[in-house]
Amino acid sequence: MSENILRIENATMQFGGVVAVDNLNLEINQGEIVALIGPNGAGKTTAFNVVTGVYQPTNGAVWFQGKKIVENHPQGKMKKLYKGQHAGEYNQVLAPTPDVITKLGMARTFQNIRLWKSQTVFDNVLIAKHCRVTHGFLSATFRTNRKEEAEQRADVERLLGEVGLLDVKDELATSLPYGKQRRLEIARALATEPKLLLLDEPAAGMNPQETNELTAFIGEIRDKFNLTVFLIEHHMDLVMDISDRIYVLDFGKLIAQGTPAEIQNDQRVIDAYLGVAEDA
Amino acid sequence: MTMTRKKTIFTAAVLVILLAACIAVDLTLPSYHIVVTVIKKATVYSLVAVSMNLLNGFTGLFSLGQAGFMLLGAYSYGVLTIPVAKRAGVYQYFDGGAIQFSIPEIFSGFMGETVGTVVGMLTALLIGGLLAALMAYLIGLPVLRLKSDYLAIATLGFAEILRAFFQWNALGPITNGSNLLKSYPTFSHATPYVVMVGLMIAMILLLINSTYGRAFKAIRDDEVAAEAMGINLAHHKRMAFIISSFFAGIGGGMMAMYMGTIAAAPFKSTLTYEILLIVVIGGIGSITGSILASFLYIFSAEWLLRGLDSGKFLFIEAPAVFKNGFRMVVLSMIIMVIVLFFRKGIMGDKELPDLLDRRSGKRGKEAAK
Repeated sequence: MSENILRIENATMQFGGVVAVDNLNLEINQGEIVALIGPNGAGKTTAFNVVTGVYQPTNGAVWFQGKKIVENHPQGKMKKLYKGQHAGEYNQVLAPTPDVITKLGMARTFQNIRLWKSQTVFDNVLIAKHCRVTHGFLSATFRTNRKEEAEQRADVERLLGEVGLLDVKDELATSLPYGKQRRLEIARALATEPKLLLLDEPAAGMNPQETNELTAFIGEIRDKFNLTVFLIEHHMDLVMDISDRIYVLDFGKLIAQGTPAEIQNDQRVIDAYLGVAEDA
Repeated sequence: MTMTRKKTIFTAAVLVILLAACIAVDLTLPSYHIVVTVIKKATVYSLVAVSMNLLNGFTGLFSLGQAGFMLLGAYSYGVLTIPVAKRAGVYQYFDGGAIQFSIPEIFSGFMGETVGTVVGMLTALLIGGLLAALMAYLIGLPVLRLKSDYLAIATLGFAEILRAFFQWNALGPITNGSNLLKSYPTFSHATPYVVMVGLMIAMILLLINSTYGRAFKAIRDDEVAAEAMGINLAHHKRMAFIISSFFAGIGGGMMAMYMGTIAAAPFKSTLTYEILLIVVIGGIGSITGSILASFLYIFSAEWLLRGLDSGKFLFIEAPAVFKNGFRMVVLSMIIMVIVLFFRKGIMGDKELPDLLDRRSGKRGKEAAK
């Protein structure tokens, strides 16, 4: 119980009549790298959004570090529309906003890079530190928070050094090459001091060499920052290389889970990716 | 490091020169002179423009409620500072009004006439700002859930409602209904305006360059990413809205000071648009841009182009063309030119000291060749 850092419990996310995530159950243990894969539209990003508070699940719960952080049950119109399972089991509503979840120690990156465009590399990371600020705005305005500010700046400097972006720290975030923007997005997430890092297609749009670098980078930061990593990815090389365990989603349903070797030989997974001949 | 120091020296030099010029103007010209009027009005507009820029330019909340908050500040100032002896005259239709004290007089009681009056005036300004901030908090509860245009429409509506409310006869004992508030103490010289506005803009600048200001900019650039990085959107938007309104309220009080009389009529949405225009001309996201644009706008509208209404502009005399209203035609054309050719305003999102960067940047490149 105490070992798993994240547990998604019977989570169902239904938009109108569409069940995007259907009764998803998964567990991630401390220190693991776990991948969530599946064909396009399988509901991977939706699952991420449920975990990070962007969406409120229609039914089910999410546990983080042994504490229930999200819970919901079908309400209003959804009571009639709800097609999922476990309808009666949840009765509480826990719906923290994404910023609250981030402060708990969960940080994410986005499928399409979402850096703050008008800010420098340094400021992008520094702003992510804002969620750890303890001083109020008056204190910040009149600079009585000097010590904290200096500490944060030093932290950012060190972090940028560790991820290899220190030499471009004064450049605009958007002027970086694509691979480095991805890296910066991860650095920014690290600045919020997470325990669990969620990466939404970190290798999207990368060439094989960049992908290899990223694979090494993810392993490196996991060890250095004592992280647990949960990632969505389509690059199978990366996924098979790096993951301790893999979950496979198809049409919102979990169809397989296991080690990379098990997943590679799983007939249901192969069918989901390649399609299966329909019997007449 | 040297660049930062150079910028600091540059900024300090500019500030000292401006302040010296302002004091010189006060010492040599009578307070009704057009130069003094322009300085006073432009400084007040600068403050409101900067406060609007904080919200629209730095936090990315498109709000058009500025006139409403200014109205609140102006009325608070007037109501709290009219000398008791003159209240009977001012509130002649409302039996001398409901409020029978005057903050400057209270302070004069134990601080002496001059100091007490000034402290009282400043206190009244502050109260105006705080009331505007309080109102912003209340309005913000429902309104800040809205985005972009919807927020603009809602805040605009709020400002108009507030104006109508202040003209309501039942509130007459306090607001004097649709009649003027007058006879309150004012600063006749320009220097107090410049100093007060300077200090307040400095505060806004400090806020913008603090961790909270950076969070505002993150919200402007990408709200989703900001929230995912742990920035509480509701809290920070509310904070920006309240702070902006606080300074708009003080700006309103100072506008009352500058105008000499208060009525609800000047605080129409037109005033908000004027301020918005200044923010856009100056550059959305540039504090010095807003200040420069305020002075340019007020200087042109109040002084340079005045002649266009009265038959003589620069050295051209053409009473047939330069008739009443021609000034606004020319002003509109200038604005169109600015909008067409300076898409990002005069300053873009740069500040005045940043101009040093560009020059030294070029020099650096040349040296590299």
